[in-house]
Amino acid sequence: MENITIKINGMEVSAPAGSTILEAARIAGIDIPTLCFLKEINEIGACRICVVEVKGARSLVAACVYPINPGMEVFTNTPLVRESRKKTLELILSDHERKCLSCVRSENCELQKLCKDLGVEDESMYDGAKNEYELDESAPHMIRDNNKCILCRRCVAVCDKVQGIGVIGANERGFKTHISSAFEMGLADTSCVSCGQCIVACPVGAIYEKDNTKEVFDAIADPDKFVVVQTAPAVRAGLGEEFGLPVGSGVEGKMAAALRRLGFDKVFDTNFSADLTIMEEAHEFLDRVKNGGTLPLITSCSPGWIKYCEHYFPDMTDNLSSCKSPQQMFGATLKTYYAQKMGIDPKKIVSVSVMPCTAKKFEIGRDDQDAAGCPDVDISITTRELARMIKGAGLRFLDLPDEDFDDPLGEGTGAAVIFGATGGVMEAALRTAVEELTGEELKNLDFTDVRGVEGIKEASYDVAGMTVKVAIASGLGNARTLLNKVKSGEADYHFIEIMGCPGGCVNGGGQPHVPASFKNANDVRALRGKVLYDYDAANPIRKSHENPQIKKVYDEFFGEPGSHKAHEILHTTYVKREVNRIPE
Amino acid sequence: MAKKTVPFQGTKEQEEKLLEMIKAHKGEKGALMPILQQAQDIYGYLPIEVQKIISDETGIPMERIYGVATFYAQFALQPKGKYRISVCLGTACYVKGSGQIYEKLQEVLQIQGGECTPDGKFSLEACRCVGACGLAPVMMVNDEVYGRLTPDDIQGIVDKYNA
Repeated sequence: MENITIKINGMEVSAPAGSTILEAARIAGIDIPTLCFLKEINEIGACRICVVEVKGARSLVAACVYPINPGMEVFTNTPLVRESRKKTLELILSDHERKCLSCVRSENCELQKLCKDLGVEDESMYDGAKNEYELDESAPHMIRDNNKCILCRRCVAVCDKVQGIGVIGANERGFKTHISSAFEMGLADTSCVSCGQCIVACPVGAIYEKDNTKEVFDAIADPDKFVVVQTAPAVRAGLGEEFGLPVGSGVEGKMAAALRRLGFDKVFDTNFSADLTIMEEAHEFLDRVKNGGTLPLITSCSPGWIKYCEHYFPDMTDNLSSCKSPQQMFGATLKTYYAQKMGIDPKKIVSVSVMPCTAKKFEIGRDDQDAAGCPDVDISITTRELARMIKGAGLRFLDLPDEDFDDPLGEGTGAAVIFGATGGVMEAALRTAVEELTGEELKNLDFTDVRGVEGIKEASYDVAGMTVKVAIASGLGNARTLLNKVKSGEADYHFIEIMGCPGGCVNGGGQPHVPASFKNANDVRALRGKVLYDYDAANPIRKSHENPQIKKVYDEFFGEPGSHKAHEILHTTYVKREVNRIPE
Repeated sequence: MAKKTVPFQGTKEQEEKLLEMIKAHKGEKGALMPILQQAQDIYGYLPIEVQKIISDETGIPMERIYGVATFYAQFALQPKGKYRISVCLGTACYVKGSGQIYEKLQEVLQIQGGECTPDGKFSLEACRCVGACGLAPVMMVNDEVYGRLTPDDIQGIVDKYNA
């Protein structure tokens, strides 16, 4: 694209035509502060933090949306600009509940950082009337606190534009404007799918997960409980960020060490049950192909996606794999196979999961997720909550040694660890299904067509005389586009992977907060995803069916994939939900 | 949930009219405003039952519809009563104590401003200057004007319409 030359603070800058002032300034080494701006998601120029002076312009302009023109002269650091930004912050603070010390976002609050960076001296400068809102605690996974909301609308944009759900928005007008749902319903009464993308979009402490860390600490402190933890693949690709490591750092060994030091009786890995999922799902796929079952088969690992399907595509729940998610398969295997093997009463086991996900908190309470007569998973915490526990326990995370998971449910393959990136489940399934169909060993395990962060991917493979057509979607807006193509007959896939969050679990709603200033310039999904593909490449075992512990669990307990016992313990059922249900 | 004081009493005919109207706007950009205006013409207000139909038929999330309906003063979420009481909260009436009149009405009718009594008889709203500042504080019941009010007058006026 052709470049345009402009002047920023008197210095010449060349930037591609069509760039905004914000982007051109970045090229010149200047970060203009932003608050409401989320690239390609929330470009509304509403908060006025990014204002700059443009020579000849009537007033200050919003750099995040103002395009550059040849010869333009921009000033990003004049007294007028600084005064305006500061005043905007002071006005935002006038209706912001400033309980910063006890705020879940203290130290990674974007508003707090701006106040510090831009030199706000008096947070009470414009104190006057304040709105008072009740917290929405109706949903199982999160809390909305409008007293801290600054009306940037980042959550609204993500819910509506990225996820295509739109259960939150701005109600009323003027001073009464607030973010809520239709008719002020609690989130639990809406078709919210619990994905938590609003949480990771929020710059302040207005939306956050329900914290279950106390329950975990209490369980660990209880001598009568046998407390077991599993960690999802994506957690190891994000957790390090909470301790100052750059985005894209893998911390599997230190994470295992930290969990052990927190006092869990066993430190296991969801990678084990990801491999188990592949065994069951590949079997289910081949069975549906051979016996004329419902196709395309759609993956069921992502509970946000499952709830979305139940609300928005209730006529397609038969397409969903009946496999429980890896989290639930783990808990079910733990409380049946492992409990039996070790002679432990499953009711004494507290099954804890660490997930990059908030929908997992919803999933543990679903029907038909209790193989041993008690919940497969008792407590599900996010990556952020685990970091809170580690900090609270005073563990010097970065100084911890790299340790391994415990046996036997800590063994996972390279195929399992890539579950956390969009396309990973598909690739893992292909590695197993192709070998099963052809009866030959795969020479190249890298199915690169299904990798990458694009929202929708397609590929087809000729396997044993059959053309297998697959598709992958991440982010629910993309899922809708893909499913509408399937429903209209425009596409005829055999197998589809869908993840609720854009980029897959690495970018889940339970992952560490990354400031918008970083997200606007870097692809967090790709950086974290690469961590998982590196773990895959480094693992000597990269096919789920070659996991020795998986072979053992079938030999000793389940028999064959898809057996009656496997169905009873590892599979589940779905319900049909409405979109606009009128609450009682 | 917003407080609901009057049960929804939409008829089959109204629903047919609504569906037909929405169909006529199909595929039209920016159709939400005219759809809401015409829906309000059909029902007199925009209860959840009506907004649900609009959302189901257009695919527009109900929250966006509700957001628009609560942004513009022209849209009502509650039906109007048989007797529409509006109290002037304009400057002249306000300094003459219309605020107390408004409060007294909420107390007597047991509803908030903007709502309607469960029997559908009275609705209450605030308005700005009705052009009778000389009679301040002023309220209107449908087209009838009551002036120089004190809170003690309110029960009697309401009783008159209840009789």
